[in-house]
Amino acid sequence: MADTDLSVASHASTALKHHFDDSEQQLESSTLGMWVFLLTEIMFFGGMFGAYTVYRNLYPAAFASTSHYMNVTLGATNTAVLIFSSLTMALAVRSAQLGQKRALLSFLTFTLILGLVFLSIKYVEYHEKWVDHHIPGPGFHYAEPQYFHQAQILFFLYFAMTGLHALHMIVRAGLLITLIAMAARNRFSAGWYTPVEMIGLYWHFVDIVWIFLFPLLYLIGRTMR
Amino acid sequence: MSTTLPRPETTERPNYLNVDYSWKSWLFTTDHKRIALLYLFSITAFFLVGAVFAGLMRLNLLFPDGLFEHDTYNKFFTMHGVIMVFFFLVPSIPATLGNFLLPIMIGARDLAFPRINLLSWYIYIAGGLFAVLAILKGGVDTGWTFYAPFSTTYSNTHVILAAIGVFVSGFSSILTGLNFIVTVHKMRAPGMTWSRLPLFVWAHYATSLIQVLGTPVVAITIVLLMLERILHAGIFDPNLGGDPVLFQHLFWFYSHPAVYIMILPGMGVVSEIIACYSRKGIFGYGFVAFSSVAIAVLGFMVWGHHLFVAGQSMYASMVFSFISFLVAVPSAIKVFNWTATMYKGSITFDTPMLYALGFIGLFTIGGLTGLFLATMAIDVHLTDTYFVIAHFHYVMVGGMVLAFLGGVHFWFPKMTGRLYPEMWARLAAAIIFVGFNLTFFPQFILGYLGMPRRYATYAQEFQVLHVLSTAGASILGVGYLLPLIYLSWAWRKGERSSQNPWQAKGLEWEQSPTPPPTFNFDVPPVVTERPYNYSEEVEVGGY
Repeated sequence: MADTDLSVASHASTALKHHFDDSEQQLESSTLGMWVFLLTEIMFFGGMFGAYTVYRNLYPAAFASTSHYMNVTLGATNTAVLIFSSLTMALAVRSAQLGQKRALLSFLTFTLILGLVFLSIKYVEYHEKWVDHHIPGPGFHYAEPQYFHQAQILFFLYFAMTGLHALHMIVRAGLLITLIAMAARNRFSAGWYTPVEMIGLYWHFVDIVWIFLFPLLYLIGRTMR
Repeated sequence: MSTTLPRPETTERPNYLNVDYSWKSWLFTTDHKRIALLYLFSITAFFLVGAVFAGLMRLNLLFPDGLFEHDTYNKFFTMHGVIMVFFFLVPSIPATLGNFLLPIMIGARDLAFPRINLLSWYIYIAGGLFAVLAILKGGVDTGWTFYAPFSTTYSNTHVILAAIGVFVSGFSSILTGLNFIVTVHKMRAPGMTWSRLPLFVWAHYATSLIQVLGTPVVAITIVLLMLERILHAGIFDPNLGGDPVLFQHLFWFYSHPAVYIMILPGMGVVSEIIACYSRKGIFGYGFVAFSSVAIAVLGFMVWGHHLFVAGQSMYASMVFSFISFLVAVPSAIKVFNWTATMYKGSITFDTPMLYALGFIGLFTIGGLTGLFLATMAIDVHLTDTYFVIAHFHYVMVGGMVLAFLGGVHFWFPKMTGRLYPEMWARLAAAIIFVGFNLTFFPQFILGYLGMPRRYATYAQEFQVLHVLSTAGASILGVGYLLPLIYLSWAWRKGERSSQNPWQAKGLEWEQSPTPPPTFNFDVPPVVTERPYNYSEEVEVGGY
C-alpha cells in the first residue's frame, strides 16, 4: 500500500497531497471541484423547481390558496436565521484567513447553533402540517374541496423541496461539527484553511436555496389578487 | 505487429500492480489505475448479467407465442435495460479506460480527488447491490424508463429497489465527471495545452459536463417517483391532477444526454486508435475536439424527440426535431474526419483498428437511422417499434461496446504489461461484427414492418426475422466470451510487452513505463509537440 502510505505521510507533514505540485494547484482544484459540485446541486434542486413551475402554471389559484396554510411567521424567522448564519459563516472564513483560532471556533459554533435553530423551527412547522392533515397521501385533508388534488400536489412539492433542503441542512451541520473538531485540534492556519472555505461555500449555497423556497412556497398567495 | 525496440526490463520493475498484492491494497487504494481495474471487473460482471437477460429475451422471441410468462418477459427486458444502461454503458469507458488513462494522458500523477474516485466505486457497487437485490426479489417490469403512472401506481414489482439502485449509482457517475473536469483543468503537465490534449481527453471532458449537469436531474426525478409510489399524492397521475408527461420530460432531460455519456467516450477511443493505426495525425483535430463539446451542449436541447407522440405541443416538437437534426452535424464531422485521417495513411488492420472501423460503419448506420426518428412524421410510424431498438443498439453496441473492446485491446499492454493473442482477437472481432449485424439488422426491418417493442408475442409473419435475430445473438454471445477467455489468459501468460508496443504517440505510451508505476511517471513529463505527431513534424508557432 505504498500509494496510500505516502499520501498519509505527506498529509501528516504538510497539507499538500502527493499528486499535487504545489498548494496553489491544490487549492485551485478544491475550489473548482466545489463549484462544480454546487453546479450539480443547482441541477438537483432545479428538477424540483421545474416541477413546481409547471404545476404553478397549471393551478395558480390552488397554489395561491395553499400559501394561507403556511406559517409565514416561522418561515420568515427561519429566513432571517439563515441569512444571519451566512454572515457568521463568512466571518468564520475570515477568521480562518487571519489565523484567529478562537474567533474561528466561536463563529463556527454560532453558525452551527443557527443551523440547529432552523431545523428545530422546521420541525415545529412539519408538526403543524401533521396536525392539520396536510401530509400528502391517504390522510390528506384540505379545507377547500375544489382544490383537494391540486393542493395535495403543492404539499407534495412542499415536503419534497423543504425536506431535501432540510436534509442538506443536516448534512452541512455534520460537516460543520467536523470543521469545529478540526479547528479545535489546530488543523487550520492562515496558510491552509481550505475545508473552512469549501464548506463555507456549501453553507451559502444551501441558504440561497431557502431564499428561493421561502417566497415560492409561503408568499405566493400574497402576491395574487 | 513486431517492434524494433529492445526488450525493456519490465519484469522486476515496481509498478502499480506488483507494488502490493493484498486485498486491502485493492479495496482501499486511491490509485486511479487500480480503481479503473476495480470498475473494469465490476462492469464486466454487470455486462454478463445484462447479457443473460438479453439472451432470455431472444430465446422467448424465437416463438410467436413466446416461451415465458408475459410478466416474466417484461422483467427480462426491464432488467436488461436497467443493468446495461446504468451499470454498464454509463460507466463503461469513462470509469475504466478514462479513469486509467486520463491522468496519464495529461501527465498527472493521479486524478485531482483520488479518495472521491474510490468513493465513486463504492457508491457504484452500493447502487449495483440494490439492483441485484431487485433482481433476486423478483425483478421489475416497468421498462428501464420507469414511466409513470405505471411505475408509481400500477406495477406490483420491486420498482423502489431498482430506483434506489439507479439513484445511488448516479452519484458515482457525478463524482467521476467532477473529478475529470477538475483534473483536466488543473492537473495538466507543463506544455500540455488545451490544443495538445488527446481527443480521448476532450471526449471525456465533454462526457463529464453531461454527467455533472444531467445526472442530478434524473436523481431528483427518481426521488419524486419513489415518493409518489409511497404517498400516491398524484404528482404524475392524471387521475389526481398530475402530469405523467412531466415525468417523461424530467426523465429524458437526463436520459437523452445520457446516451451521449454512452457514446462520446467511445468516439474518444476511436480517435486514438484511428490515428495510431493510420500512422497519421488526426485530420481536423480542432473540429473533432469541439464536436465533442458541441454534442454535449446540443444533447441537452433535444430530449423532446422522445415525446413526439406523448402529447407534447406540436411547436415544441418541431423545435426539438430541428435541434435533433443539428446533433448530426458534429457527429458527421467526427466520421468524416476519421475517414480523412485514414486517407493515404499506412493502415494496419490490428484488432483495435478492426473495432474502430466497425465502430465507424455501425455508428454511421445508428446515427443516420436516428435522423429517421428525429423526423416527426416518420417517428409517428416508428415510435416504440423495433426500429428504435435497432437504432439504439447500433449506436450503443455497434458504437460504444465495439469502442470499449477496441480500447481494452489497444491499452491492454498498458494495463497489464502483456500482449493479447492477436489472431484470437481478430477472430473475436470478426465474430462480434457478424453476430451484431445479424442480431440487429433484422430488427430495423421488423420495426419498419410494425413490430412493436416490449411485446412478448408477435404475429406469425415476423418469425423469420426474429429467428435470424436470435441466431445473431448467439453468435454475438460467443464473440463476447472469446475476449473474456483469451484476455484473462493473456493477463497471466501473455507475452511481455515493451513500453510502446504499437509505436503510438501520447504521454501514456511515450513517457510512462508499461505497466505504469503508482505515480505514473519516473520523470515528470514535459510535452513539447502537438498530439498525434506521427509524421514527427516540428511544431511551428502552433496551429
